[in-house]
Amino acid sequence: MRTAIELAVFVGMAATIVCPPAHAGPVEDAAVANAIDGLAASSDETIEESIRKLSALDDPRAIPALDALCDDRLRIGADGHPYIWDSKTRDVRHPVSGAVVSPAPRPLKEVEVGNEIRRVALPVLARLQLGSPAAAVRLAAAEELSKSGSADAAALLHRAKAREKDGGVREALALAIARADLTGTDPAKRVAALEVIGRSGNDGFLSELQRLTAKNADGTPVEPDARVAAAATRAMESVKSHQRLVGFGGSLLHGLSLASVLLFVALGLAITFGLLGVINMAHGEMLMLGAYATYTVQTVLHGHRFYLLAAIPIAFLATGAIGAALERGVIRHLYGRPLETLLATWGISLGLIQTVRLMFGAQNVAVANPDWLAGGLEITHGLVLPWSRIAVVGFVILVAAGVWFILQKTRFGLQVRAVTQNRGMAACLGIRTKRVDALMFGLGSGIAGLGGVALSQLGNVGPELGQNYIIDAFMVVVVGGVGRLTGAVAAALGLGIINKLIEPAAGAVTGKIVVLVVIILFIQRRPQGLFALRGRVEA
Amino acid sequence: MANKAMVMLGMTALAGLAACQKPAEEAKPGAAAPAAPAAPADDKGPIKVGILHSLSGTMAISETSLKDVALMTIEEINEKGGVLGRKLEPVVVDPASDWPLFAQKARDLIQKEHVAVTFGCWTSVSRKSVLPVFEELNGLLFYPVQYEGEESSWNVFYTGAAPNQQAIPAVEYLMSKKGGAAKRWVLLGTDYVYPRTTNKILRYFLHEKGVTDDDIMEKYTPFGHSDYQTIVADVKKFATGKRTAVVSTINGDSNVPFYKELGNQGMKATDIPVVAFSVGEEELRGIDTKPLVGHLAAWNYFMSMDTPENKAFIDKWNAYVKKNNLPGGEKRVTNDPMEATYIGIHMWAQAVEQAKSTNVDAVRQSVGFQHFKAPSGFDIQLDAKNHHLWKPVVIGEVKADGQFRVVWKTEGPIRAQAWSPFIPDSAKKVADWTFPWACGNCTAPKFGAAGVVAAK
Repeated sequence: MRTAIELAVFVGMAATIVCPPAHAGPVEDAAVANAIDGLAASSDETIEESIRKLSALDDPRAIPALDALCDDRLRIGADGHPYIWDSKTRDVRHPVSGAVVSPAPRPLKEVEVGNEIRRVALPVLARLQLGSPAAAVRLAAAEELSKSGSADAAALLHRAKAREKDGGVREALALAIARADLTGTDPAKRVAALEVIGRSGNDGFLSELQRLTAKNADGTPVEPDARVAAAATRAMESVKSHQRLVGFGGSLLHGLSLASVLLFVALGLAITFGLLGVINMAHGEMLMLGAYATYTVQTVLHGHRFYLLAAIPIAFLATGAIGAALERGVIRHLYGRPLETLLATWGISLGLIQTVRLMFGAQNVAVANPDWLAGGLEITHGLVLPWSRIAVVGFVILVAAGVWFILQKTRFGLQVRAVTQNRGMAACLGIRTKRVDALMFGLGSGIAGLGGVALSQLGNVGPELGQNYIIDAFMVVVVGGVGRLTGAVAAALGLGIINKLIEPAAGAVTGKIVVLVVIILFIQRRPQGLFALRGRVEA
Repeated sequence: MANKAMVMLGMTALAGLAACQKPAEEAKPGAAAPAAPAAPADDKGPIKVGILHSLSGTMAISETSLKDVALMTIEEINEKGGVLGRKLEPVVVDPASDWPLFAQKARDLIQKEHVAVTFGCWTSVSRKSVLPVFEELNGLLFYPVQYEGEESSWNVFYTGAAPNQQAIPAVEYLMSKKGGAAKRWVLLGTDYVYPRTTNKILRYFLHEKGVTDDDIMEKYTPFGHSDYQTIVADVKKFATGKRTAVVSTINGDSNVPFYKELGNQGMKATDIPVVAFSVGEEELRGIDTKPLVGHLAAWNYFMSMDTPENKAFIDKWNAYVKKNNLPGGEKRVTNDPMEATYIGIHMWAQAVEQAKSTNVDAVRQSVGFQHFKAPSGFDIQLDAKNHHLWKPVVIGEVKADGQFRVVWKTEGPIRAQAWSPFIPDSAKKVADWTFPWACGNCTAPKFGAAGVVAAK
């Protein structure tokens, strides 16, 4: 996104050279250069004054300088003129031409601006950017302008809308015009503006709508024009209903995203605990190891853009191998003795935590989101889903489908199911049950490792990572019904969505408590879980 | 699992403690000190100094560098010949973000190691957990982190900010035109005593400024919470009516997912500024701060402050990091609680020199008269009456490089109000450990005008 904007800015600059504004002349050139020079001031007042001048000049050549000002990239050179710092190439560029200045006029000093200046500069920048060739930049500019409207901007916005071809940008511009019209005096225009607002359902207008529909102390409406007031009431209703819809949809989507995390932490356990019947307290540590594998890959590849893709197989193989080794070395000797298994795996979990602490340190390690997972998808106004969460949802669906495929459609899966249902009979038929056990445990652990890759993109990676998720994992498997993957999927979905529906009203802490109470009640009514199957513990 | 249960148990026990907070009154100054002050047997050997910071668990992100800076300061003092001609010997323990373990480790430090003083704790729940130990054994604790106030102990010196040195000025700034003239407030925090108390004070304060309860949203998350989607979406929805600001008292590593979510959901500082009280340079290390430019933090020191003292402090820190090859290397930063730790250790060393003894009672008498030129450039003093540090208040905006740009600061250091004047019950209380009050939380002096113990 950032690169896109930057690119567009430079393209925009190029475009201005091709088609200079009609009023550009030597006088204006000097004025623009002067005003841009004024941005390199130490006092806020001078900077604000220069921004006003640039706004009055309405010259797109000021875009790069203003953009750099808002993004902390504008520097004052030793000669007192402003320069743009290119953080990628570490070059110093000329504020108008964009050409690299060499040698750079060092020492460079930052132009100190705070939110106060940014609030002045952003609308000015947005107005200039309306002429940008990139639709994304125009859209962002129109959205910025719809936040703060003034009557004098209306003419400019109408011109921009008239030449606009992109549907999304037109809509945003219509809203920006509505904002400007609403502050005007023409009742017909105001009613039309309110209709536009009502159709959009944009809740950024709520405060104006509240003001328009408010009543004075004596009961008379604040808005003297009855038509405007009525339109405002209608718009308000539509905005509110849109807000409710977004709220509900948001809860569902956030619930889905939480469910994907729950499913990821539970999927491996559904195999090791659900199918093999091993009460695996070290399951959380497999997640943690997967996350650390991701960190190691990131370090080895120096944070390459696509390190995450390389981390997926490595995390799977590493944790899978550790899991299989654990099964061979420890757990195999404890089959049929659940209590000892529980204690032994708990001990293993402590050992793994301490090992990681010694190797990587007790502090959290930083696993960065690659740039293609940064930011989010705006589904509708007010509802943004981060790309990282969308990626996790997609990833878990793939992994769950893979597990289902392995268990249902392959020879190995058939053997697994046979061993789960009747170990003795399976052995008689020539299945090497011990090998199946080890591979199964490895598969479960490997999937936990994949979960670790996913978690490393959402939360913190530290030695205690697994401890935070082990309860959730058992919760999902027990509610879903031990021994059934479909159960785990259904339980993860249910718990995730219930949690997120409760959270806005009750808060995160109470939400968790309510979910636990619901689970206790449910387990009392139905101890076998959602989907029951005889596991090996009873067999 | 057991761990979690222990924490829960600890919390419950703490809640009980907070409800009947008496220990501060029991340790009477002037009266004979209950236990023998923890002094090492021989007066020639090194002086042991306890360092009680979590080096693992959820708080390690913040507390590890306090341990490092404490060791650096001790080394600096030792290089200059130590205190009273004796070297300082640091005793580092790791309470692992486990609150009951803090109390146990504090007891070990005083009883087994015989430390002369302890520098430690970050979260208020850990301080509340060690408080009875220090009061029972007459130990001395220097607490370096901003906190919620409503406390003043005979055995603790608070070198971090009280609410009137951080929270209240920050909210006033956001109310001002320069700060964005916020009319609506989201109080967001981790669910424990510091955020809850701070938000209680802020709510009273906002009421006083004419903000109604409809315009205040208060939300809490557990320690280590990592899913902030719903909360950020709720904040955005709440912010649609009026200009809104978020006051964040989220502590520990939850801040990383919280700020990532702010960036991902595109909540810009020009629309909805977030001011944080527990997020500094250290917590922002390792987060991509570009989407967070303009969000704020209120502290009493920033690494970006341009003073000769700060330059010397940063140079010393960088040299120490390099020499000891600390993890993070060149990316290590300084922050406010580190400055407070640095000031605290120096003040204690000065006080020991003046008292010519490491005896807790003697040191306590002289600490209140120490001055120190702090890295923030201000001449700082510890208040003998309420045991809190006088501090300047500085508000900074996050820059693209993870540092803060100072946008507002006080003329000079201001005195801490241990008890908030905005909470009706607290407004009556006085923290004054000098004659005739001799009390951390009384409404009347404990000693009468003629020095007679008032009937109680």
